[in-house]
Amino acid sequence: MPEGRILKGTHFLNGDEACAEGAIAAGCGLFAGYPITPQSEIAERIAERLPQVGGTFIQMEDEISSMAAILGGAWAGLKTMTATSGPGFSLMMENLGLGLMTETPCVLVNIQRGGPSTGLPTLVGQADMMQARWGSHGDYAIIALCPSSPQESFELTIRAFNLAETYRLPVLVLSDEVVGHMYERVVIDPDRIEIVERCPPNRPPGEFRLYEPGPDLSPQGMPTFGDGHRVHVTGLTHDERGYPIIDAETQHRLVTRLKAKIETHADALESVEEIDVDDAEIVIVTYGISARTSLGALRDAQERGWKVGMLRLITVWPFPAGRIRALADRVAGFVVPEINLGQIVLEVERAAAGRAAVRSVPHAGGAIHDPETIVAAIEEVLRDAS
Amino acid sequence: MPVKTKKLPVPEVLPARTHPMQGYLRVDRLPHIWCSGCGLGTALSCFTYALDELGLTCADVGVVSGIGCTGRAAGYLNLDSYHTTHGRAIPFATGLAVGQPEKKVVVFSGDGDLFAIGGNHFIHAARRNIDITVLCVNNFNYGMTGGQFGPTTPVGARGTTAPYGNSENPFNLPYLAASSGAVYVARWTTLDARRLKTAMVEAIRKPGFTFVEIISPCPTNYGRRNRLGDGLDELRYYAERSVIRHGADPKDADLYPGSEILVGRFLERERPTFLEMYEEQILQKNHSAKK
Amino acid sequence: MVTALTKRWKTRHGFLFIQEDECKGCGFCIEFCPKKVLEASDRFNAKGYFPPRVVDADACVNCTFCQLICPDFAIWSEKDEVGSDDA
Repeated sequence: MPEGRILKGTHFLNGDEACAEGAIAAGCGLFAGYPITPQSEIAERIAERLPQVGGTFIQMEDEISSMAAILGGAWAGLKTMTATSGPGFSLMMENLGLGLMTETPCVLVNIQRGGPSTGLPTLVGQADMMQARWGSHGDYAIIALCPSSPQESFELTIRAFNLAETYRLPVLVLSDEVVGHMYERVVIDPDRIEIVERCPPNRPPGEFRLYEPGPDLSPQGMPTFGDGHRVHVTGLTHDERGYPIIDAETQHRLVTRLKAKIETHADALESVEEIDVDDAEIVIVTYGISARTSLGALRDAQERGWKVGMLRLITVWPFPAGRIRALADRVAGFVVPEINLGQIVLEVERAAAGRAAVRSVPHAGGAIHDPETIVAAIEEVLRDAS
Repeated sequence: MPVKTKKLPVPEVLPARTHPMQGYLRVDRLPHIWCSGCGLGTALSCFTYALDELGLTCADVGVVSGIGCTGRAAGYLNLDSYHTTHGRAIPFATGLAVGQPEKKVVVFSGDGDLFAIGGNHFIHAARRNIDITVLCVNNFNYGMTGGQFGPTTPVGARGTTAPYGNSENPFNLPYLAASSGAVYVARWTTLDARRLKTAMVEAIRKPGFTFVEIISPCPTNYGRRNRLGDGLDELRYYAERSVIRHGADPKDADLYPGSEILVGRFLERERPTFLEMYEEQILQKNHSAKK
Repeated sequence: MVTALTKRWKTRHGFLFIQEDECKGCGFCIEFCPKKVLEASDRFNAKGYFPPRVVDADACVNCTFCQLICPDFAIWSEKDEVGSDDA
């Protein structure tokens, strides 16, 4: 097993392994997780690699404590990450909320599998997409990235760490079992890696206010446990000092800011890949492994002479509603293949607001789409449009 | 018969003076929310004096708490204090301790938070010998939420969710801590304030997973529903029933209605800590940077 | 702690301080002072509780038990820096 923080070179890795390397390259100092298929390779690789770079790997007793431990580690000054799949994702929801409420930077990777419940432990799903947005109780906004390849698993994990530092919250990487287990070439070039380091407090102890937002609505610097700032961090509704204040006014101020600090930057956070969208009549909107499947369907459709393009979502949350809205004015329709019974399609419908047709191509899970079903859906929408 | 009038010593009246332990407290958040007669204020007070005796500054130690009356303690301490989710103070503290191994991390939480919802995390942190001190204030119920029974409520005692009396066996906390791997186990009541403070000093000073159970009155909920009187009556009860036996077998520390309250320093032993073992087994074998 | 004033009694080898308005009348210090230095005042404080007052200052040896057990940081002792042992 090679050593060193950044595994420079060209490698043949699966998505899980690439994700692990991304975390290490980003400077992760603590990984706390619990075994669950199909995340196991992340934990196993990190267990081997993280000690090599002086970091700590702890296999916690469950996912609840895994999420709690990475929050604690973050306040101790480390970059931290956990990884799981559906059942563990559900368990992590409460502490995800704690991380959001306390504005704690960390990364949570979900290698999605078939659900609900124990479901299909070894087979693909993409059915946690809405849960990623709404799974914890209360109002909040979240950032979620969807890799479609091992290369992206590496890159987007690093990006997740960077976004966590910038926006001060847990950032989600929503991969899936096929991307996690597929082996592909991963090129790691240290010169192309950008790391965002933690911002220290902008004022000395006594003057610094833990949650006073800057113009970007995020707090201005994060203290480290034991540096003298003597913070009070609580999941209760709190003021800018971090002190709990249980009233509607403080609630309004805090919770609207937590949402706004992400949503007002939706444009900067938007990340999509567009293929042949400019003169398309139908646009396939998809993400993760379904985007790879959709490429096949796209070529098939184009070979038939249809004007079809693809919009691949890399940042899924915040959802790029503006992009959909703009397209809805000139395309006949959207086709949304996803390995679930229709989740992101609801966002497409909402954004399109009836100005274009929206057709879901669902799949209950356990396998990727047969590209034919996507082609058939495109054909239907074209037929209905004419 | 002439009434003998006492001649009381006359005090000086000064403008407000600062309490000697004020440096450890967030005075802008006092007075605290705890009821008259509650032992939590005593536990908090002893804790500040323990920090003082240890010579720890506000930057040397962090406090993590869960949810409940005891959980509020974090909010009154002028340290890096983390008020986390119900039952999850210990794993949060684990992350904190791993990230800043030179600092002291203390978990300050209650019986329900630590041993019902948090039970699993307690035994694993003890098993691993994570270098944290867990101070459990045991008032035998969930006070904050109105007085439901919990995992330490004695058989037959009442709570709002045990209107006919609790039918479940409670945990013996010192026994649980000892058998899970804790390297220091003690129990005191809030009446034994001086010995409690000393136990806190010993527990915080000692590396590894250290545990102090602090038996406290809860006059508003547990005490009232079990007709124990007010806080003072509960302390008188402790005075009657407490038996100090250092080195007692934690198995003997069961509590049931009418039992003696066994207190003391039950266990102190040496075990390598989580990070020491991680260092030796994992880091060194990889010739990598030491923590 | 917003308190208007503090009362200070001279003891043999130091002082005893009581901030009456902080007191919540638990009675711990009065009951368990080993030297029976304190009794309940006959005047209640701003919160309606009866705080302690010193009834026998000479008996106080500044053992600090009251300051440890007080849940409200309302009473504490200060021992003289240089003092003879009266034991």
